Amino acid sequence: MNTTTLKVSDIKSGKKGESGVMGIAKQNAKISRYLVSPSVLLLLAWMLIPLSMTIYFSLIRFNLLYPGENEFVGLENFEFFVTDESFAAGMSNTLLLVGSVLLITVVLGVLISVVVNQAFWGRGIVRVMLISPFFIMPTVNALVWKNLLLHPVSGVFAAMWTFFGAEPVDWFTEYPLFSIIMIVSWQWLPFAILLLMTALQSLDQEQQEAARLDGAGPVDIFFHLTLPHLARPISVVVMIETIFLLSIFAEIFTTTSGGPGYETTNLAYLIYSQALLQFDVGLASAGGLIAVILANIAAFFLVRLVGKSLTEKN
Amino acid sequence: MAKLTIKDLKKSYGDVEILKGINLNIYDNEFVVFVGPSGCGKSTLLRSIAGLEEVSGGNIFIDDKDITDAAPAKRDLAMVFQSYALYPHMSVRENMAFALKLAKQPKHIIDKKIMDAAKILELDALLDRKPKELSGGQRQRVAIGRSIVRHPKVFLFDEPLSNLDAALRVQMRIELARLHHDLKATMIYVTHDQVEAMTLADKVVVLNKGRIEQVGSPMELYHNPTNIFVAGFLGMPKMSFLQAKVISANSLGLTVELSSGVDMCIPVSSDGIAKGSTVTVGIRPEHIQITDKNNSNFTGRLDVSEHLGSDTYCYVNTDANEQLTVRTPGYYQGKYGDTVGLQVDLRHCHVFNNDGQSLYKLNRSAA
Repeated sequence: MNTTTLKVSDIKSGKKGESGVMGIAKQNAKISRYLVSPSVLLLLAWMLIPLSMTIYFSLIRFNLLYPGENEFVGLENFEFFVTDESFAAGMSNTLLLVGSVLLITVVLGVLISVVVNQAFWGRGIVRVMLISPFFIMPTVNALVWKNLLLHPVSGVFAAMWTFFGAEPVDWFTEYPLFSIIMIVSWQWLPFAILLLMTALQSLDQEQQEAARLDGAGPVDIFFHLTLPHLARPISVVVMIETIFLLSIFAEIFTTTSGGPGYETTNLAYLIYSQALLQFDVGLASAGGLIAVILANIAAFFLVRLVGKSLTEKN
Repeated sequence: MAKLTIKDLKKSYGDVEILKGINLNIYDNEFVVFVGPSGCGKSTLLRSIAGLEEVSGGNIFIDDKDITDAAPAKRDLAMVFQSYALYPHMSVRENMAFALKLAKQPKHIIDKKIMDAAKILELDALLDRKPKELSGGQRQRVAIGRSIVRHPKVFLFDEPLSNLDAALRVQMRIELARLHHDLKATMIYVTHDQVEAMTLADKVVVLNKGRIEQVGSPMELYHNPTNIFVAGFLGMPKMSFLQAKVISANSLGLTVELSSGVDMCIPVSSDGIAKGSTVTVGIRPEHIQITDKNNSNFTGRLDVSEHLGSDTYCYVNTDANEQLTVRTPGYYQGKYGDTVGLQVDLRHCHVFNNDGQSLYKLNRSAA
């Protein structure tokens, strides 16, 4: 009897307390909503105005060579952009570029960071040198590659080829997209190494020792302990790199200008060339909107994929 | 079915010598506990046996086979780590199966071994959980299960209970003792907790500064420590030590005068002890009693008392300002600052010479 009455009173007082807390929380939420609203509104304007202007431009004829002829054309710009041969090339180049760079940076990044995680003399310097390409701005990076490394006459690669008696390769003509992939990978590999190296330091030492006692060799330890441990940082690398790699521009602009033909034109470069080389702002706006939609599709899948592995361990 | 022999094992990191020549025999089916203060080398010794540390000198044999340079996996040992070291992304079942899969054992045998181990450790219901979904005690059991399935010759435990709370530690201690009894395996166990050492061990190895101080059964170590370190290390609360001067030595024992001016005749061998030399007298808390101060020539001033319910530990300062620990019955109510009489059970006193070595007790059989 006694216990039941106690319980009832407990529940009552608990409910009271809860509603009281809820009331304060509600009030707090109201105040905080008012307090954050200016910045939210500013951000919204920041986003909505350019977006609506782009949408508006994409629906009208807007060519800088023919000023004044700004009539409404419906979805004609989109149709024109999508059916143009440059679009298919730009799409496949974008996907190829993003995919290859992701593959190269993740695979090499994992291997290099595992190697660098071993203790050896001069490890500190090696680590700094491995990270340093990331601090070079893309334009400089592309110029260094173009003029000092890949140049068919004065480049280091050409010197190496002639030293072994081979014909120097004109990289940007013969393997244009591959050259871009090389340059961008060089730029982004340090990022992967940085993240993965840090993650490796938190790999439990005793787990590895336990695995050694269980009869696991270095390869078994790599596949059964190291790689699963790195799943989370790898997904972070993939997500962040995808965002940046979708909009690679400087490297292409400085080296190949999208050529030869459309061989190194990605979506970002295609939009640039529509707007500022062919002066068709309407067409470029349509392309920009398509790129936004594509990025959102990519983001949707990425967030599902990465978000799953991020929340799994918590 | 395994015996382990360690011969003159040495280990140093650069100039720092961690193990300074360890000689030890561990027999089949024995539960051996390495115990010692932090940094005494007990964990290093265990890791050397496991093969996780390269030794600088000496040999390790299992069943007369030299394994000093063998790879950890080839030694037929299993180890339970302090942090359990479970593989976090594998289920309990996969954790236990890992070693067997690497050894390419057929699936039905692996399953059977896991089920057997799970039954012993009551893990049946947890086999498909991940380590993070388990409590500390359950993780501990999985770590032990991972060792059991391999049927190793020797089990190694590196402070396995130190991450558990007090109640669970007592429970796991009992389970470990039962496990040792059921498996009839050779086990080596490292701890700094002397209660674990005393309760679990068949044989205790006391280590200090990279050397073995004494090897023996828990009771032997407790009652007949060979030196002042072992005497002080084992026993809760610690043995009290008093400085004394030898007045006379004869076949009945040693008569000493404590710094506080009290004479006592302790029945220990007086071989090699000169009259007038200084010695240290060691007395355990349970071998002193508090008496009426008027009937005793040995008095002290009561310091703090700790009431544990069953017992009360009183800290008493002698006239020479040396501290004694006294175990009294739980109902004893002493007041801080009281002067009390002390009665020492002389048969159980220990005497250590200048080098800290214990003098042979004449009534050893009574111990």
